[in-house]
Amino acid sequence: MTLHTDVVCPFCGCLCDDIAVEVENNEIIEVKNACELGYSKIVNHLERYRSPMIRENGKLKEVSYDDAIEKIAEILSSSKRVLYYGWSNTTCEAQKIGIHLAELTGGVIDNTTSVCHGPSVLAIHNVGYPGTTLGQVKNRANLIIYWGCNPLAAHPRHLSRYTTYPRGFFRQKGYEQRYLVVIDVRETDTAKIANKFIKVRPNSDYAVINALRAILRGHEDVIPPEVGGVPKEELVKLVERMKSAEFGALFFGLGLTMSRGRYKNIENAIKLVEDLNRYTKFTLTPMRGHYNVTGFNLVCAWETGYPYGVDFSKGYPWYNPGETTAVDVLLRGDLDALFVMGSDPAANFPKEVLKKMSEIPVILIDPFPNVTSSFADVIVPSAINGVEAEGTAYRMDSVPIRLRKFIETDFLSDEEIMKRIYESVERRLKG
Amino acid sequence: MRLQIKNGVVFDPLNGISGEVMDIFIEDGKIVEECKAERIIDASGKLVFPGGIDIHAHVAGPKVTSGRILRPEDHRIGVEKRWNGIHSGTGFSIPSTRVTGYRYARMGYTTVIEAAMPPLEAKHTHEEMVSIPIIDNAALTLFGNNWNVMELVRNEDYDSLSSFIAWMLRTTKGFGVKLVNPGGVENWGWGKDVDSIHSKVLHFDVTPAEIIRSLAIVNDRLKLPHSIHIHFNNLGHPGNYETTLESMKLVEDLKGERQSMHATHLQFHSYGGEKWKDMCSKSEEIAKYINKHEHITADMGQVIFGDTTTMTSDGPMEFSLYKLSGRKWSNHDVEIETGAGIIPVFYSSKNAVNSIQWAIGLELGLLIEDPWKIFVSTDHPNGGSFLFYPYIISWLMSEKRRKRTISRIHQAVNSRAILGSIDKERDFNDICIMTRSGPARALGLHKYGKGHLGVGADADIAIYDIDPKDVDPSEESNKILKAFRLTHCTIKGGEIVSRGGEILSSVDGKTIWCNPYLRNDEFEKIRKRIERKFYLNYTVSLSNYPVFDAYVPNPMEIRIEVS
Amino acid sequence: MKRKVFLITGRTIDQGTSLETKTLESYFESACLCEMNEKLMKELGIQDGDAIKVMTEYGEVVVRAKRNDDNPQDVIFIPMGLWANLVIEPHTSGTGMPGYKGVDATVERTEEKPKSMMEILREYGGGDVK
Repeated sequence: MTLHTDVVCPFCGCLCDDIAVEVENNEIIEVKNACELGYSKIVNHLERYRSPMIRENGKLKEVSYDDAIEKIAEILSSSKRVLYYGWSNTTCEAQKIGIHLAELTGGVIDNTTSVCHGPSVLAIHNVGYPGTTLGQVKNRANLIIYWGCNPLAAHPRHLSRYTTYPRGFFRQKGYEQRYLVVIDVRETDTAKIANKFIKVRPNSDYAVINALRAILRGHEDVIPPEVGGVPKEELVKLVERMKSAEFGALFFGLGLTMSRGRYKNIENAIKLVEDLNRYTKFTLTPMRGHYNVTGFNLVCAWETGYPYGVDFSKGYPWYNPGETTAVDVLLRGDLDALFVMGSDPAANFPKEVLKKMSEIPVILIDPFPNVTSSFADVIVPSAINGVEAEGTAYRMDSVPIRLRKFIETDFLSDEEIMKRIYESVERRLKG
Repeated sequence: MRLQIKNGVVFDPLNGISGEVMDIFIEDGKIVEECKAERIIDASGKLVFPGGIDIHAHVAGPKVTSGRILRPEDHRIGVEKRWNGIHSGTGFSIPSTRVTGYRYARMGYTTVIEAAMPPLEAKHTHEEMVSIPIIDNAALTLFGNNWNVMELVRNEDYDSLSSFIAWMLRTTKGFGVKLVNPGGVENWGWGKDVDSIHSKVLHFDVTPAEIIRSLAIVNDRLKLPHSIHIHFNNLGHPGNYETTLESMKLVEDLKGERQSMHATHLQFHSYGGEKWKDMCSKSEEIAKYINKHEHITADMGQVIFGDTTTMTSDGPMEFSLYKLSGRKWSNHDVEIETGAGIIPVFYSSKNAVNSIQWAIGLELGLLIEDPWKIFVSTDHPNGGSFLFYPYIISWLMSEKRRKRTISRIHQAVNSRAILGSIDKERDFNDICIMTRSGPARALGLHKYGKGHLGVGADADIAIYDIDPKDVDPSEESNKILKAFRLTHCTIKGGEIVSRGGEILSSVDGKTIWCNPYLRNDEFEKIRKRIERKFYLNYTVSLSNYPVFDAYVPNPMEIRIEVS
Repeated sequence: MKRKVFLITGRTIDQGTSLETKTLESYFESACLCEMNEKLMKELGIQDGDAIKVMTEYGEVVVRAKRNDDNPQDVIFIPMGLWANLVIEPHTSGTGMPGYKGVDATVERTEEKPKSMMEILREYGGGDVK
């Protein structure tokens, strides 16, 4: 039996790197320290594809890796406009080749950012990003605010590892020295354990943030008795608490990015944090979902200048979210092929997209069958990153951590698959 | 390939060659005495320099990419199409990685030092350096606000401090020791700064002065090729020249084989006055001190008029700039270690302060007499893009050109700066020193084949289409500008990578890093010492912290043996 | 009876643990449901597990009701997934982001049965997943 310690969990943007895994005869015997989500990600491999497959007359037929990769290269090199989508559940090494493949074929590359924190990125373009690594919060923060997110369901160890419960250098008494505020439209599990829960009416976050900023700037007098379902005195108290915090940290989720106002909500939240820095120390962090969605934004930004939704059809990177982002490109029916790695768009995109997907060749690279498989014409199973393959991922606060490998497999890694596809497409385009 | 560069007008200051017409032979990526060339490059009437070395630029890593994400508008310009296997890219002040490498190479630069690597995110810096083609990169690891450093400085435990620095350089695959606003960035963790080098860092009972001196001592003990590389406290504040002088004096007695301190982007640290209203140049005082002492080298940190992006680990400074400009602001604190701030900026020639800043950089480049002590930089992208180095060269070489610019900008430049009264002009030899040989020597890289053209040196060479004997730089500064923008050809590691601006071959650059000698027991001791605290304070495990070999596929490791 | 509500969609632990086993029954169970509070259930005359129909400007879906008193009476919650996607706002308003949260909806009791994953997929032109 081998015990692997400090294993990195490849599930969510927390990238917890204190997981212990016991392995015997190349099988996982036990996983310690992981949350329910991480545990199932590391252990539950109930369904795997056995081999690559190509759909013929509606039926999936098993083929070799070489045949599948050649088929993919044939589709990509003969298409005029391919969307390369996904990338949040894969390594930076594979992402980088994906970006170059999109460049090589003049396609569009986008990742799940556009349907999670895309609006946050748009807001950052406009007003900035007063962020921090999570350890700064752990060591210093005495006010933690979660807005429009439910970490106990989506990032279960976030509070215990990074924000609320751990002892920090300047917070030796841990949670006793911290105050936890949750702002949401419903009383989630996280809201229930907060020192203070503030319930906001759906689609009213923008107004509430505005009210907070107005109070902070000394315009309490213009605030009506209730804003977005929140009594004025609660808002005034919250502003006082924010101003008097030694170190405040605001975390926000899809409750702000997906509801009415979208990027405007985030813009306002960022401005609130910037305003607060005139009084005290305050930071802001988006609760990124997939374990390497952040990594894609970084790799894409350094390779192309832009963080997601990049269109290479002009021969150089072009970026216009709302036009070059996945849902928009699919809905317009621009595409003649769809390439998916490390994501399941059919399970996450509006139904109108499914119809479009059924009309074009779809290539799927993933360890597991998923909803997108239903539309896939070529399926290439890959090794599970962080279990069977190593590589780089970036935590929600942009800290890079290297995923470990502790199970041997015959499945090719995403990086290897991408490399082979790239080489084959390059050969075809040259020839 | 074996190459012969024939009849070039060669400058090689480290070997005492100044404008001599001669041949250079290249074999296996190195300069050799002579060889049977497969290819001859006719360089008659052309200027031959060693490849350029940028001693201080922000080209790779977390804050550069934060800047890219902050500023999509910067990427609407500087667009380059994919062509013939050469990658596309975008961006002006913060170009994407691929075109960063191409642009340096086109300009004849072959080595660039990334000025600030946060240890916790060092993998990111390395990933980007690997994505920058052609040029060799090295990264300076940030130490000035590290908790372990401050604690060991407070205890005056220099043995452990040197072990720690050695361990960290090895762990982060860093090249040298960087300090940014020592103590001030730690205080920024509470939204504060330090106001002098003698004020205490909150909770750590240590002063910036103590941090600076201790790190300089330890840096020299470890015999690192480069000295400490410092961004002083109080950057960009009127009246900060006193802090600068005080900081330089801290290590006056430490002169060894090389300088004991590299003062980076000195322009930003040479301000007099009390407020922006009366801010003025103090370059004369700074230059006087450096001229009299041998322990300082510096780079200019020249400001260029126009739009750019400022980015530094100096979080509190960027926030105060944000309060002035009110545009947009990104910040990124890094636990236990450092921070970062980014804002867009527009240096306007109609603005008094910006005009004075522009003058101060050039004043330093001229008044610091010895070109081995002052190097060309814009602190890219803080003062402006590295693409403007040819402008700086043309200003340094021509009083007439400077006068022309002075006449077009805010006239505070005449009352609160002194550039207009300086008639000194740099010659080709000076420029060669200030852009390659000088930085090579200050970095200690001349011992490892950089910055010169002697036998055994790396064949990193820039050939410019200008004949020094045929041009009067003072009068014909446009010719200078044009010549230095694009090389006739650039050779990197013996390969012709660029010709007349066209990238011919996108070779991989190397990652240069220093591995100071540490006995195994010392290594274990320091690891043990920080292990427990690491577990308590960091949010990653110690075993996941290092930059693994996978991140440095093309290393140039400098092993330092201590006798 | 019909009731006007706000529809929000989002992650749940169960939906999260079945992310990589989407062809299994657990995915259906974790994503083909709609959380609402007891008062709303009473108002609609339904019990935990009854089928309800959720209608928006963009479509309709039949899912199982699940009691969750964390929700205000006029807010219903469907976990992210295939079923939620039938009723969310597809347009991105130039942001790249469809409207997944805060969608105006009507909810009512129904005798119809929820569709399985494959039933929905076939309707939209999908085929076998393995």
